[in-house]
Amino acid sequence: MKVLVAMSGGVDSSVAAAELKDAGHEVVGVTMRLWGGESDTGCCSVSDVDDARRVAQQLGIDHLVFNFSDDFNKHVVDPYVKAHVDGFTPNPCIECNRHLKFDRLSERARLLGFDAVATGHHARIEKDDEGTMRLARGADDAKDQSYVVHMLDQKELAYTMFPVGHLTKAQVRDRAVELGLRTATKPDSQDVCFISKTGGRETFLGNRIPFRPAQVVNEDGSEAGRVEALELVTIGQRKGLGLPGGGPKQYVVDVDTANARITVGDESKLFCSSVVVKNIVWSDAQDTQRLRVNTDVLVQSSAHGAAIPATVEVLSDSEVRLTWREPQRRIAPGQSVVLYEVTNNFVVAGGIACAN
Amino acid sequence: MVTYLDHAASTPMRHEAIEAMTPFLDNLYANPSGSHRFARVARKALDEARDVVAEALGCNAGEVIFTSGGTEGDNSAVLGTVRKLGGVAVCTATEHHAVLHCVEHVDGVVVRVNNVGSVDLDDLARVLQEATPDKPITVVSVMAVNNEVGTITPMRDVARIVRKHAPNALLHTDAVQAACWIDLREITPLVDALSLSAHKFGGPKGVGIMVLKAGKQLEPMIFGGGQERDRRSGTHNVAGIIGAATALHFTDITRADEIERITKLRDRLVDDIVAALPDVLETVPREQRVPGVAHLCIKGIESEALLFLLDQADVCASAASACASGAMEPSHVLAAMGLSREWTNGALRLSLGHTTTDADIDTAVRTIVSAVTQLRR
Repeated sequence: MKVLVAMSGGVDSSVAAAELKDAGHEVVGVTMRLWGGESDTGCCSVSDVDDARRVAQQLGIDHLVFNFSDDFNKHVVDPYVKAHVDGFTPNPCIECNRHLKFDRLSERARLLGFDAVATGHHARIEKDDEGTMRLARGADDAKDQSYVVHMLDQKELAYTMFPVGHLTKAQVRDRAVELGLRTATKPDSQDVCFISKTGGRETFLGNRIPFRPAQVVNEDGSEAGRVEALELVTIGQRKGLGLPGGGPKQYVVDVDTANARITVGDESKLFCSSVVVKNIVWSDAQDTQRLRVNTDVLVQSSAHGAAIPATVEVLSDSEVRLTWREPQRRIAPGQSVVLYEVTNNFVVAGGIACAN
Repeated sequence: MVTYLDHAASTPMRHEAIEAMTPFLDNLYANPSGSHRFARVARKALDEARDVVAEALGCNAGEVIFTSGGTEGDNSAVLGTVRKLGGVAVCTATEHHAVLHCVEHVDGVVVRVNNVGSVDLDDLARVLQEATPDKPITVVSVMAVNNEVGTITPMRDVARIVRKHAPNALLHTDAVQAACWIDLREITPLVDALSLSAHKFGGPKGVGIMVLKAGKQLEPMIFGGGQERDRRSGTHNVAGIIGAATALHFTDITRADEIERITKLRDRLVDDIVAALPDVLETVPREQRVPGVAHLCIKGIESEALLFLLDQADVCASAASACASGAMEPSHVLAAMGLSREWTNGALRLSLGHTTTDADIDTAVRTIVSAVTQLRR
């Protein structure tokens, strides 16, 4: 097959390219230029592009750079900023996967005559007996990334390859060492690529939006403190609220952007019995029918969070209500919520948590 | 067989240049600044190269400075003037970044261009007239030929306006893309300084030629041993300079024939593509640009995708300039010309040169038409 492999300059995508080449595919590497501003790895992450190119040279495959910075701003950065204004807690890496890797890049690859797009994500794609493509967790529990690629539907699953999904991270690094790849010992990327360590989220947002001061109140409406930037406050937050010391721990239980009011309460107020999830993408669209009756699922609401039992009620093709078996801490609105089958192996669907 | 249509990025070296420079990469290795007979051999070759260049440019040998390339010449003219005299630097919006970024670096003024990418002469006059005595304009840089779209600047008009409204300013031209297509003797007398890059006319990379007219002074960019009459220090790149001079000489004596030959090839290239594909814009009218450049804007496609398909078919072309990561940047030239993204997204520059053949044109037309058709499906 002719495969376009997205190479970030990290070890996983380096080994992904090597695995594809080994398997006899015709492989072309591509690095997407996404963020044109300041970052920890330099302007347009030149050093990462250098690493990707040098690995491609070593593997003897062509390497391209695609400039998708306009799309990145439009689909990832601008919505990230707007989400903060609206009181949501966005997940930009997931939006990047949704709009850049598995839409913009895969569309471009189809146009150019490639048979598949590959990335270095730790997840697996399997075809079941009925011919349905299933997105499964990666072989390495600790590094599983099925949560961040949950938005793949049947069309994209059929066009996508995860060549390192069956390997543990340690095996990936061993393979890179074996091949003598320069990225073998490169640390994993942890943070949002367009937010620099020195400035952080506060500086990034502060350069783009005016922060609004907000009142912090107790549930009875009495004043408890003050914050300078409503936009930086998240449900469940405990620090930086200007609260007096002592007494029981207080958490943010509500962010009212319209009235610039943050309500704090004790931990019990954070718990709830259900959550509505919108913008649902189904791995297999037929599941909307299958799941109409209340079905047990496991629910993950952060990249490496635990999978929590719940039942799912399908409200529409793009909206579900999840009812927890045991009351759970509220999921910050804007976070991605991913449903797995009860075996905890396969992704069923995923979407965005609504405000309760 | 590779079909190479990226001569404006770099053109193959002329064999005469390779032959002339080879001995200086081998056994004639002495430093020309030395005081022994061996050094004198190198010095003689260097002096002769300077004469050859001066002849092709229509200036005195003493006005020729050898540099590391076009970028150094551009930097020297703009930054060298502002560092020496202060004041304000002026350039046009479609300059090569080697000029534009220098002017922006010293908070200079950028003059508008018209819809073919040529300097807006009225805006130039306005900018020069609006200068105040406390902020005099000390350097004006206007490229002779645009590197992306190939537009020829009416340098005579530019010179007239600059001399009238800013008689004390240094007039510099980036003539990097002019060397193959315009007799430089027509440009040199109009300006105070001029920059060339050897690898654009069949010489080696890493060598440039700058003309700085007698009596004009710049603050040097590089200090050291005082070579090039203290205007540019550093041991001479003897082989490179000899390669550059030889290439310039052969470019000069073959230019008239090449203009005729390449114009025909270029016209056929564009005519055949435009005839086969709808919604293709010839960015600049032919009579306003050099023969070597065919710049097209192709609706409904993206340059990056097109260049990939051309590359797969062994056709080398380009779109706009690339940033440090290798990513294609949206063209500042096309934006300054006022073209919409709908057109500029599908920009394609095909540039021809001394090795271009009829067969190259046949292959290019066939490949481009097929690739664009695929991308528009």
